[in-house]
Amino acid sequence: MAITGAQALWEALVREGVTVVFGYPGGAILPAYDAMLGYPIHHVLVRHEQGATHMADGYARASGRVGVAIATSGPGATNMVTGIATAMLDSVPIVCITGQVGSKLIGSDAFQETDITGITLPITKHNYLVTRAEDVAPTIREAFAVAKSGRPGPVLVDITKDAQTGSCEVDWDACEPHLTEAMDDELPGDGTADEAIALINAAERPLILAGHGVMLSGAEREIVALAEKAHVPIAMTLLGIGGVPAHHPLNLGMMGMHGEAWVNTAIQEADLLIALGMRFDDRVTGNLRTYALNAKKIHVDIDRAELNKNVRVDVAIAKDLRGAIAEWLPKLVANPRQGWLSRINELKGDSAVRDIQNLPDNGHLYAAHVINDLWRLTDGNAVVVTDVGQHQMWEAQYYKHDTPRSLVTSGGLGTMGFALPAAIGAKMACPDKEVWVVVGDGGFQMTMCELATAVQEGLDLNICIVNNGFLGMVRQWQEFFYDKRYAATPITGPDFVKLAEAFGIWGRAVDRRADVENAVNTARRHRGVSLIDFRVEQEDSVYPMVPAGADLHKMIRRPSPIVETAAD
Amino acid sequence: MTHTFAIYVDNKPGVLNRVASLFRRRAFNIESLTVGHTHEPGMSRMTVVVETDDYGARRLEANLYKLVPVRRVENLSTRPQISRDLALIKVAATGDTRTQVMQLVDVYRARVVDVSPDSLVIEATGTEDKIDSLLEVLRPYGVAEMVRTGLVAMARGTGAADKSAARTSRVAADVQDNLGNYSV
Repeated sequence: MAITGAQALWEALVREGVTVVFGYPGGAILPAYDAMLGYPIHHVLVRHEQGATHMADGYARASGRVGVAIATSGPGATNMVTGIATAMLDSVPIVCITGQVGSKLIGSDAFQETDITGITLPITKHNYLVTRAEDVAPTIREAFAVAKSGRPGPVLVDITKDAQTGSCEVDWDACEPHLTEAMDDELPGDGTADEAIALINAAERPLILAGHGVMLSGAEREIVALAEKAHVPIAMTLLGIGGVPAHHPLNLGMMGMHGEAWVNTAIQEADLLIALGMRFDDRVTGNLRTYALNAKKIHVDIDRAELNKNVRVDVAIAKDLRGAIAEWLPKLVANPRQGWLSRINELKGDSAVRDIQNLPDNGHLYAAHVINDLWRLTDGNAVVVTDVGQHQMWEAQYYKHDTPRSLVTSGGLGTMGFALPAAIGAKMACPDKEVWVVVGDGGFQMTMCELATAVQEGLDLNICIVNNGFLGMVRQWQEFFYDKRYAATPITGPDFVKLAEAFGIWGRAVDRRADVENAVNTARRHRGVSLIDFRVEQEDSVYPMVPAGADLHKMIRRPSPIVETAAD
Repeated sequence: MTHTFAIYVDNKPGVLNRVASLFRRRAFNIESLTVGHTHEPGMSRMTVVVETDDYGARRLEANLYKLVPVRRVENLSTRPQISRDLALIKVAATGDTRTQVMQLVDVYRARVVDVSPDSLVIEATGTEDKIDSLLEVLRPYGVAEMVRTGLVAMARGTGAADKSAARTSRVAADVQDNLGNYSV
């Protein structure tokens, strides 16, 4: 039976298991929208196409399924660029569908024509321009296979208006995608499982560096088995958080620029780093010339292009993580490594006295207290979606995530404005989970139009604005490195409680720690969107901090009234 | 050092752009690039010469494999190979100098492919060194114009790079569940 290209699009999406898409209609995608009404697809109308991509992204991160965003040609497509780049840097599988002007008009600068496949070429895993109705279904199938396979990532499919209106016969069995396999091929220079096992068994001070790949590979159980069997402590990257329970005794916490001091010191003192599904980003290594000089290094990543990119390693293994670890497990020798673990505990003790949680209450509301209370009051069970900046780092430090995919955050691209739309996507993916947005007053104002989307969808969503009246992380850099010259970082905002009222949602402002608990509990009980404006200490900074490019062990520590002399 | 890659790609619109864009995006400088058909329908072959170290070459190869239309990549610098460059050189040649130029052409086993009253066009094939050397000896006579194809290269012996068709395998829709269990 002949169907239109637009019908083939929805039929293909339904066959891929898609039930919800995030989008915004317009001229060049109208035939697709018209056909959508005939298919069991829930469409979420966003308020800006950037929001659609972040929602698809949040949906994918929270669920592990592929997120789908849809927009029209020209400005609709270009508005997606930030969201696509965000998904690319964090290896998130999303498929973006854009309308395009008729194939005869391509290249003529027609109304709302833009070369979106050219624009998104370096920020997608792959993209397609479809100009014929019969190519729609096979392209969608291939797009999903590309988005999910290997190291996941975003794929864009640009469909001309005539491809949507044209008719075609689809043989669903014949349009199976054909992709090249590269990863199973051993190349000269590849390390072996035996080499990795020998290094682990011989190490006295080994450390696992766990990244996003742990969850992408589904290796959560294997990595814990590895750590427990060989008694190896684990340090987490920002995107790795949740991959290993925060409360596991061998989980040390986050590494890097705002990582725990004991973690960074342990990396510098280790004699073996076992890097699993992470990519030695500059935010976790600091100065590469002085990075972990005493350590041999094993690196496992499904993306061979990540091996020996930033850090030269002794054993480089281009494999899926779960399989790679499973291969090691039987041959690992149990070794209590008492000396190494007690050395790390000693480092922890020094940090505890500086922790803001342990400082005497001086009447001020600190963001770290807010996050810590939020963790306590939600029993650590919420899915937390953060924006980018100081609040993001405090969340990573003070909200203890025990389950995979319970922290959704923009790591690689560091996209402000990510939190609210990504949280809408996460809530659509996991309607039974409690979802909290943790966002600064700057980032919130970038995409707060999506409040209307959340209201229109009737979502039960909680928003925690960490409001310090500054673009806080930039202000912190200005304080530390630009002599406190606050160029363009003080920021005003609306009265967020009145804003909430205007959107028809519940809102409250909090400026004392004593009121945090009641506000959070009320928000949790409230059905629908709720917003709390936490007016926190304005010029607080995130500690510890490794200045960009500095040696990992040379951290700026929180000044401590107890350990005054150690402040460097 | 210099690395020469043979890259098998689907013959589809925009593929050259994807490959070239990858080199630019990853900050590799292309010394030379040629592209043409292969003996297999629908498959093109690029020869790309890049100046980089062994780590860079390995990363480049891995990145090339991440491009969907790329079917097979061979780093020819790691094995015995034949490489050729083709040049057309228009050189001034009148009266007495014509014979001298033609003798040089013979020495280099090049050919004269066009003659006019005051110039010759010479076709030369060989390694880049040989062409460079011919160019140097012709320069005193006055080189008016030159065009070169850039390097094309192939591994010596049988069965080297030509696994492209066999490298295509089917990926089922449940690809993520089967990670690590691929068979070709």
